[in-house]
Amino acid sequence: MLEDRAIAVEPLIRVEGLTKHFPVTRGVLIGRITGHVKAVDGISFTIGRQETLGLVGESGCGKTTTSRLLLRLEQPTAGHVLLDGQDVHALRGAELSRFHTRVQAVFQDPWSSLNPRLRVRETIAEALVVNRRVTRTGKLERVEEVLHQVGLPLSAAARYPHEFSGGQRQRIALASALAAKPELIVLDEPVSALDVSIRAQIMNLLKDLQARQQLSFLLVAHNLATVRYIAHRTAVMYLGRIVEHADTETLYRSPLHPYTKALFAAALPADPDAPRDDMILSGEVPSPIDPPTGCHFHPRCPFAMEQCSRVAPELKAVASGHVVSCHLY
Amino acid sequence: MDAAAPVVLEVRGLRAYLYTRWGVVRAVDGVSFALREGETLGLVGESGCGKTMTGLSLVRLLPEPAGRIVEGQVLLDGEDLVTKSEAEMRRVRGRRVSMILQDPQTSLNPVFTIGDQILEALRLHPSDREGSLAARAEEALRRVKVAAPEQRMRAYPHQMSGGMKQRVVGAIAVAGEPKVLIADEPTTALDVTIQLQYLALLKEIQARTRLAMLFITHDFGIVARMCDRVAVMYAGRIVETGPTRALFRSPRHPYTEALMASVPRMEGGVARLPSIEGQPPPLHDLPEGCRFADRCAYVDDRCRREYPPTMPVGPAHEAACWRIEPSPSSR
Repeated sequence: MLEDRAIAVEPLIRVEGLTKHFPVTRGVLIGRITGHVKAVDGISFTIGRQETLGLVGESGCGKTTTSRLLLRLEQPTAGHVLLDGQDVHALRGAELSRFHTRVQAVFQDPWSSLNPRLRVRETIAEALVVNRRVTRTGKLERVEEVLHQVGLPLSAAARYPHEFSGGQRQRIALASALAAKPELIVLDEPVSALDVSIRAQIMNLLKDLQARQQLSFLLVAHNLATVRYIAHRTAVMYLGRIVEHADTETLYRSPLHPYTKALFAAALPADPDAPRDDMILSGEVPSPIDPPTGCHFHPRCPFAMEQCSRVAPELKAVASGHVVSCHLY
Repeated sequence: MDAAAPVVLEVRGLRAYLYTRWGVVRAVDGVSFALREGETLGLVGESGCGKTMTGLSLVRLLPEPAGRIVEGQVLLDGEDLVTKSEAEMRRVRGRRVSMILQDPQTSLNPVFTIGDQILEALRLHPSDREGSLAARAEEALRRVKVAAPEQRMRAYPHQMSGGMKQRVVGAIAVAGEPKVLIADEPTTALDVTIQLQYLALLKEIQARTRLAMLFITHDFGIVARMCDRVAVMYAGRIVETGPTRALFRSPRHPYTEALMASVPRMEGGVARLPSIEGQPPPLHDLPEGCRFADRCAYVDDRCRREYPPTMPVGPAHEAACWRIEPSPSSR
């Protein structure tokens, strides 16, 4: 059924062969390019309406660069990000303004993402006035509306960010993302800076908002349990590539790629009696400047075969909607 | 862990306050616990609950000049560390009690090589071990599984990854062969696959040296994996202490219970996470009675008036809540 819908309706976001290489330079004044950091290396995925895609992986795997490419904060080296079929990096003028109302972001650290000199009301309204013509009363109405949606009192509007705790600040950041009535919100580690007891509040709020306002989310996170709770589908990244991608239930129940397995085994369950099928990986993530040949994971993979160091495996569908890039399958 | 192992560190009624412009911050406000040889005690709680301040007061490294230990004892093999002079404390730190901090980036000196920093630690802690200092430093690196230690000795911290740096910090911490290791969120800055490597390493060191470990964390996954016992801290006080399994299976303090329930699980299966509304009280303006009262589902009048006493609720398991009835059997 999912398949049918995917064919019938163009997804909100379609990412095709997205690649971002950052040049590495040497020398202070006249920089010589000595190599490239292959932060994102030809990835493809889609995000449907009212759908959450989780992007997981360790630091340096390219998940944040991917989210920045989607937000148009970076220009891709190759590939496209299509919003409703339109290449977002080719947008100009009014189309571009419209893009900025349709796609919004919430970042990890609510201490640095809010301007300390602006009242909450101004922070929220800024997102509105930049891209739309709104009247003064229309603006105030919208501010009250979004404050209500994120569960903050109306009195919050006149206060400054420092008067709020981390969880409340993240609500303010969400309110300002919601102000322009976006269709997609990129959530980059939205709860990892928050305390355990506050995380559940924000995760529940995200789910509620999605259901009420037909939002799509790209959730970038390293905490696997968080992703499990919020995302409908999950993609696992390693050194700039997607190694496995499936609906969240399937992926968590039967991970196939050895890296996904190791990643899941390393996520310690909050249960002293949980089975300990330790798969302690040796070594660390190699440098993305000079990634290993063939499958990027082969130097750390306990199942590496001869061909793994020569041939990069293609993404193969092993079941409906479950793709994996590994020579084992 | 065995219950008969001798107690190495005992903390009794510790209070450590910070005297600031905004008032007295009661960061550690009557904390007591004991740590046995070879045991790992988890100290869990949210940021700002006083768990790091507890760790720092054990080695008397509270931020100056605001921080002061105002009451209580820290008994290391029966000797009170609170009354020791600074010179005496310098002989305790690293040699008898060591600490690993969260961020390896800030605990290593960026202008000295890894070798210099390990040698410094070794020089401060004379040992009856054979061999030159350099050989012992390489050996220390090898024991924390740093590959090619001869070359790493000449490397600077910025040339190493976070996981590798934290291993070096670990090597320095155990160089003086301490009996107690305080690990304050040592893996928070590390990736999950590297975290697992590091936790396994700490376990290995502990098995070899019978270290007593105080593991400060907010991650219940780490607690479940690493700790024999757990102490849950809330707003400057320990609200519940017990064996790890008992605490996970039958938490008795409403805060522990709510906190456990609000953690998303890897197995999923929850349509909606129960969450704790509100937030902890500020430590410079604590309420009269139970500090969790405002967020507690079972609160009544007495909770707001009086702080509840700590009551036994099972073998080696105690909690501070008015809802716990003293049972004659556990007395």
